[in-house]
Amino acid sequence: MGLIFVIGFLGLMLLFGIGKLSQSRRRLREIPAFLRLKRAIGLAVESGQRLHISLGHGGIDGPRGAAGLVGLSVIQKVSRAASISDKPPIATSGEAALGILSQDVIHAAYRLINAENHYDPSLGQITGLTPLSYTAGALPAIFDQQVSVNMLLGSFGSEVGLLADAAERTGSLTIGGSDNLPAQAVLFASTQEPLVGEELFASGAYLQVNPMHTSSLIAQDILRWALIGFIIIGAALKLVGVL
Amino acid sequence: MKLRLRTPAFAIIAIVVGATVLLGYFINLPLLQELRAIILNWALILTAVVLLVGILNLLLVHLKKIRTEEKNTFYSLFLVIALLITFVIALVFGPESPWTIFIFDHIMLPVETSLVALLAVVLIYALARMFWRGVTLFNLLFAATVLFVLAVPALLSWIAPLPLLSELHAWITQVWALAGARAILMGVALGVIATGLRVLIGADRPYEG
Repeated sequence: MGLIFVIGFLGLMLLFGIGKLSQSRRRLREIPAFLRLKRAIGLAVESGQRLHISLGHGGIDGPRGAAGLVGLSVIQKVSRAASISDKPPIATSGEAALGILSQDVIHAAYRLINAENHYDPSLGQITGLTPLSYTAGALPAIFDQQVSVNMLLGSFGSEVGLLADAAERTGSLTIGGSDNLPAQAVLFASTQEPLVGEELFASGAYLQVNPMHTSSLIAQDILRWALIGFIIIGAALKLVGVL
Repeated sequence: MKLRLRTPAFAIIAIVVGATVLLGYFINLPLLQELRAIILNWALILTAVVLLVGILNLLLVHLKKIRTEEKNTFYSLFLVIALLITFVIALVFGPESPWTIFIFDHIMLPVETSLVALLAVVLIYALARMFWRGVTLFNLLFAATVLFVLAVPALLSWIAPLPLLSELHAWITQVWALAGARAILMGVALGVIATGLRVLIGADRPYEG
């Protein structure tokens, strides 16, 4: 059953990614956080200020890894847009593999714009290897690096409140999303633009990382409605005594 | 020939390995299970190596800060010294030696506990600042829920049990809050699957540097 679900999901993604069906359904609902983010990225590049992307400490080898992978997609997009800036984007992470991949993604962005000689490995930093040491280590990146936009996109716990507070005190725009429920609650209260629920996973589609992000978002929407339908039908059948 | 991770060969390796592990999870074929176990063992070894590389990265970043005399160099110097001392002690005496345990119990644990205490203050301040940014229906609902969920159990344990309040608290936390949490988690789960599948088919390649 699980395999059928995964194959069905993959089929829908490919159908909307490759086929013409995607053309008519690519209008995404407005999420204020992404509208502000797009504007802020442009402004940061023009004014020579830095963007900071925090990837959390979820790693890449478990269910919590997906949030970090979304953060990496955002770094890919942001680095391509802002690497030419005097102060290129900086990424901090609390897990070794995630940190190495962030360096890799930033390096690839520099190569793409033929500026490989300007690449600095310290743009992708591992600031600590436990949740709290990571948070403590990432604070100087927010305070000391003239950051104008902080993107907290990854797997965090409630300690993300310390990062959001630091960002707020520097007066920078803060956008935050996590796969973790307590972290989402903290981000809702402490950031200007929180990403609630699965909005974090829509980041790639809204920032136009690649067409497959949009098609996977459409597939997600379809399957969500299917699941809601199954839940309602199941509840109704249970109510009438069939199940 | 200079090999780079972005070479298609590496994408093929990532896709094949990912597909094998995924299929091994769903299909109970002995060969597939064996392959999956081997790959996961390799992943465990690689994770340990990557951890060492991560520590090296942390060290290099702070050494660079010291060399270029960036702001707050003192903290970087302190980190480098502490890291080297801890590393040498754990390496020489072992991770379970009294010296290593002493470092964890008497330095790391109190420092992290103080950060948690600081977090509690920060969260209360964040709740207040949320209203300073603007009063919206969702802000009010959020604050009311937080206060209700936190305050009612304290109130019930303090004063005599009030059956109506107790039932209302249970109804909100076990029906509304739980349903909302499950709905969010369902969306997150779909997002996790979508992200994993994008990496699996090579649409996202965070290893292309």
